[in-house]
Amino acid sequence: MSGYLAVIVVVLIFVVIFQIAKASEYVSILKGEKKSREQSNRINGFLMIVFLVLGLIGVWWCHDLLKDRMLGDPASDHGEGVDSLIKVTFIITMIVFVLTQIGLFVFAWKYQEKDGRKAFYFPHNNKLEVIWTVIPAIVLTILVAFGIRHWLRMTSEAPKESMVVEVIGKQFNWYVRYPGKDGQLGRRNYKLINDANNPLGQDWADGLNHDDVVAPELHVVVGKPVKLIIGSRDVVHDVGLPHFRLKMDAVPGIPTTLWFTPTITTAEYRKKTGNPEFVYELACDQMCGSGHYSMKANIVVETQAEYDAWLAKQVTQFSQVEPAKEAAPAAPAAPADSTKAVATVTK
Amino acid sequence: MSNEATLHSQDFLHHGHEADHGHGNGHDGHGHDHHHEETFISKYIFSMDHKMIAKQFLITGIIWAIIGAFFSVLFRLQLGYPDATFPWLESILGHWAEGGRITAEAYYALVTMHGTILVFFVLTAGLSGTFSNLLIPLQIGARDMASPFMNMLSYWFFFISSIVMMSSLFVQTGPASGGWTSYPPLSALGDASIGSKIGMDLWLISMALFVVSSLLGSLNYISTILNMRTKGMSMTKMPLTVWSFLFTAILGVLSFPVLLSGFVLLLFDRHGGTSFYLSELFVAGKVLPNEGGSAILYQHLFWFLGHPEVYIIILPAMGMVSEVLAVNSRKPIFGYLAMVGSMFAITLLAFLVWAHHMFVTGLNPFLGAFFVLLTLLIAVPSAIKVFNWITTIWRGNIRFTPASLFSIGFVSTFISGGLTGIWLGNSAIDIHLHDTYFVIAHFHIVMGVSAFFGMFAGIYHWFPKMYGRYMNQTIGFIHFWITLIGAYLIFWPMHYEGMAGMPRRYFDYSNWASFNQFAELNTFISFVVIIVFATQLLFVFNFFYSIFKGRKLTTPNPWNATTLEWTTPINPGHGNWPGEIPEVHRWAYDYSKDGKDFIPQTVPVSPDESGH
Repeated sequence: MSGYLAVIVVVLIFVVIFQIAKASEYVSILKGEKKSREQSNRINGFLMIVFLVLGLIGVWWCHDLLKDRMLGDPASDHGEGVDSLIKVTFIITMIVFVLTQIGLFVFAWKYQEKDGRKAFYFPHNNKLEVIWTVIPAIVLTILVAFGIRHWLRMTSEAPKESMVVEVIGKQFNWYVRYPGKDGQLGRRNYKLINDANNPLGQDWADGLNHDDVVAPELHVVVGKPVKLIIGSRDVVHDVGLPHFRLKMDAVPGIPTTLWFTPTITTAEYRKKTGNPEFVYELACDQMCGSGHYSMKANIVVETQAEYDAWLAKQVTQFSQVEPAKEAAPAAPAAPADSTKAVATVTK
Repeated sequence: MSNEATLHSQDFLHHGHEADHGHGNGHDGHGHDHHHEETFISKYIFSMDHKMIAKQFLITGIIWAIIGAFFSVLFRLQLGYPDATFPWLESILGHWAEGGRITAEAYYALVTMHGTILVFFVLTAGLSGTFSNLLIPLQIGARDMASPFMNMLSYWFFFISSIVMMSSLFVQTGPASGGWTSYPPLSALGDASIGSKIGMDLWLISMALFVVSSLLGSLNYISTILNMRTKGMSMTKMPLTVWSFLFTAILGVLSFPVLLSGFVLLLFDRHGGTSFYLSELFVAGKVLPNEGGSAILYQHLFWFLGHPEVYIIILPAMGMVSEVLAVNSRKPIFGYLAMVGSMFAITLLAFLVWAHHMFVTGLNPFLGAFFVLLTLLIAVPSAIKVFNWITTIWRGNIRFTPASLFSIGFVSTFISGGLTGIWLGNSAIDIHLHDTYFVIAHFHIVMGVSAFFGMFAGIYHWFPKMYGRYMNQTIGFIHFWITLIGAYLIFWPMHYEGMAGMPRRYFDYSNWASFNQFAELNTFISFVVIIVFATQLLFVFNFFYSIFKGRKLTTPNPWNATTLEWTTPINPGHGNWPGEIPEVHRWAYDYSKDGKDFIPQTVPVSPDESGH
């Protein structure tokens, strides 16, 4: 019922606007084109300046309202670089934005058609044109230089002491594989994938696989570089890490990598934000099908001790396939040596 | 072959038996339409008159725009009111909106169709197709396109493409739903997504037909501009509109075939058992045999068109805005040659920046650095254009018509959206903002809203040339102000959502602690979307009403403009000028020169005139 009412109201508004518009057209014919043009020029010129002033206030207000929600503290070393670059770019583009919008709307208002005003025949001016070619070029060069510096740093080879973790996407969840105490990930072969007990297609012929742990969460150690080896089982996904300011596609058949150093533990971030429920989230950022929006994994940033304790509690994938074999050395997980969990960057 | 001779031979193809009567001979007032009987079909349907073809493109584009925009209203309802149910949705969408709430599958289909329709069917065919067709012959002084028959085919390929795309909305498994970019393997495997079944085939076939239409049109535009300019119309005397259509057509001719090849390979992967894009897949519980393909290859092929495509969309708008601003400021466009030069630079650079859409695909970082450099370089010609537009209105004598208002709005949104391009073009920022709402805000403002503003400016400005009547100004003013304010209210806050990392193409955010904080903001945005959509219907009504009932033109040159299209009769017949094609003696921007309000291009330069 209310739907019909809404439609009726909209139609009525249309009819009213139409009648006014039609009437104003007749009036303008009666008054003469010049008179009516003067009037519409005055109104639109006035609206130009109103739009500018209210618009700039609105931009400020919107920023004030949302600034605390947008970035938060970056939780990785690369994130700090990204944020500093955003800050510089924000300031530069905001200055240009404000100046050009003021120029545009103030000129539009100020130079509206008036009796006796003559437009200034000003077809070109080489000096001006050179100025506004050179200045943007210089400013952009600076931004490019900063940007590429950060970019090459972020995408550089991961440090030798990085821990290695594999993140594999599938419709519609994530698997994270941790090397066990040998610190190395075993071979995978997609033809061995079996959703019952081998979701990543680990090749059991490769002994390195036997102590690998597969979990739905990403656990990383604060202050220690982590290298993610990213892949996908089916379609293109994307490992989106908003708090760490990073992102990398997960492409089937072509492994990608991403490394960073987490700087704030989950517990510290909870304290910082005053939100005891806070969790880092890993979001899929590449359209991957109908469940794309639900493709989430939690991330836990913790101390080395906490990480070791967590890893020790995990059951290896291998033990789920062949429980008998694993039964004997079931204990090994217990003293998982932290230094050995560090993988060499051989992959 | 001289221009007139070309016209003759072309007319021979065109009118057959009556080609010998020669229009170059200065017969008094014989319009073509007096000389041959046109049936309803040859005049309105299979027309070869560039002006009628322009109208066909425009009206088809408007119909698509309504559909595409309506889809955005539907999915904004889901985003803004995720918990509400709308029973009427079930009555129009059936099981796609069971219980009055659209399903995730339907949401993704709507998003995909919204993008495809707006980017290709409205802002490419509807914008460039309309105004290149209408204005190229009229502004360069030609009686029609180089090949009117190809021109007709161009529209009809677009029409068939439209029919195929439309039919995909009604198949049982629904239309394509992998995003307008349709990345494989998602788009290659029916098992990965319901939208990748028959809907995807129809999408690919429709797009292939669309590419054919675009190529037929573009080749025609290029050859017409290069060969058929009237006497005296050197390239540097052409209005900026024509320059922009030329560059647009060149971009299209060089990049659309690459897209087509990408689509053909995708069809092979879908049905031919090939593995161009497929490798090491495990889908729906099955191991697929494909190995060795690269999903990234598709992205390269796609974006090699995809990026020039945004300039294909924005360049015609830039050209028209330049023209409208000069006419309504009663001033020459500032820096004509710089404007042409910057369009040339944009055209060139447009081919060298595509990989900035792929910074996070695992692209070689060193290569990425080059694309950062080239991408930010393209901001320089864009900046020149903005400064030149602002200088054009400076010390002018500005008349506010709906067309000039939309042109000013265009410059405003082009600045806002262009500046955020500097953010995203920098890979170190893109790595955070990629595929978030920041990107949505950026490209909607810079190529969605801006291009639409350019299109509106064009429609309001050249409507009198198309139909011999004016559109209602008051509705135009209301349309402009609500749309401008609404566009900023919708897209500005999205930058903040994007900076918080909120991903695009999410059906529902309620499970996400990081993104659910924007629920109220999303409701607000959706509310504004509905108002802005209703306002566009007001425009559509104004358009169709004015075709039949608008105020009639009493003068052939209603805006006191200098360009050639206003030297034709109020309702020009096929052939445009009843007598000889006028000769051109000066550039298109002699406004307020030597104390004269304007000097048409057809007026010879007098010896005591000042130079420019």
